[in-house]
Amino acid sequence: MTIDWSWISDHTDDLTALTVSHLQAALTAVLLGLLISLPLAVVAHRIRPLRGFLLGLSNVLFTIPSIAIFVLLLPVSGLTRTTTVIGLTIYTLVVLLRNTVEGLDSVPTKTKEAAQAMGTRPLRTLLTVEFPLALPVIMAGVRIATVMSISLVSVATYIGDGGLGQLFTDGFQRNFPTPVIAGVALTLLLAVVADALLVAVQYVLTPWTRRRA
Amino acid sequence: MYELLTNLGTWLTSGEQWSGPDGIAHRLAEHLQYSLLATLIAAAIGLPLGLLIGHTGRGAFLAINLASFGRALPTVGLVVLVFLASGLSMWPVYVALVALAVPAIVTNTYAGMTAVDPDVRDAARGQGMRGHQVLLQVELPLALPLIMTGLRLALIQVVATATIAAYVSFGGLGRYVFDGLAQRDLVQVLGGAVLVAVVAIALDLALSALQRALFRHRTA
Repeated sequence: MTIDWSWISDHTDDLTALTVSHLQAALTAVLLGLLISLPLAVVAHRIRPLRGFLLGLSNVLFTIPSIAIFVLLLPVSGLTRTTTVIGLTIYTLVVLLRNTVEGLDSVPTKTKEAAQAMGTRPLRTLLTVEFPLALPVIMAGVRIATVMSISLVSVATYIGDGGLGQLFTDGFQRNFPTPVIAGVALTLLLAVVADALLVAVQYVLTPWTRRRA
Repeated sequence: MYELLTNLGTWLTSGEQWSGPDGIAHRLAEHLQYSLLATLIAAAIGLPLGLLIGHTGRGAFLAINLASFGRALPTVGLVVLVFLASGLSMWPVYVALVALAVPAIVTNTYAGMTAVDPDVRDAARGQGMRGHQVLLQVELPLALPLIMTGLRLALIQVVATATIAAYVSFGGLGRYVFDGLAQRDLVQVLGGAVLVAVVAIALDLALSALQRALFRHRTA
């Protein structure tokens, strides 16, 4: 299987556009996933009976094939970017919700009690004590969700979107491996770069964890 | 919405839908065959690798980064790539599914091994146990819960992704999803998706029951 390098140099503009579109879909999904799962995680953390229900529900969503999620959204949002983003967001919820709940669980009770004893109100305790301390575990979830979304965008190629995934369909239909190889390589590259950036963000946001390393 | 659900009910319960080579029973058997065989191959590769890395402490970097690599690998691209290289065969499907499952198994097995208390390991060595005895009789049983978590995670992902076999014109429950997509037949797509989800959940429950059984044996 050989790579046709001239095809790649002829299509750098297309490849760049697809990469940007690919990244946009994945990042929007992770941001939306965070917006939904952070408050839900607080609910699951505080109200025990809801915890099993919410985590169980997100696990069930994970078992539905991604292609099916995209197709099932078609009557709702059509052949659009919205469908791609909603589908991906549903998948990020599994990881983000579980990790955020575990992160909040990992905050020592004594730390919370100390904050309360100093007269810090519950919401403030949540924002300035619990979330920062839970951040390493939450960020682990964000990293997994980001890498997973970047890989999953290509599935949306079946509904006409899918960023770099279009290269797979293209190569498959023309029996031409070069675009497929380029698509796989660019997806892996995006994932590695995004993951490294998130590690850097975590390093900046959690200065107290650096001593251990 | 209501009409869709009634149609889905009819689709899932009609007798003719279940029989014949295009029937649910046959597609279900195919789907199970792909998923279970792929997970078994992945376990045969991933378990020894994870145990070895955990036992020797060598290659930890590989074990940690393999997970990230596995999640980043686009399954559709991999299937198409192997398809273009090998032609029409089951290879693309199995390569993609195994590539998906191995990282989850290796990383969780390794995580389970590192969670074993070093004192326990030292005590086993102090009693004169050999390396392989420590591995099989001490570390493996203690790492078992996390190893099982890895296997369950891998199996769920494989079952959901085995849908892709239909993309390169093989069977399995993905047939309904892809054929339904081509024919704009939403009931068929939904039926296929529901069946895949039910299979994944059922297998996960079965493995979790097996895990509890293994645990009882260990703690008794």
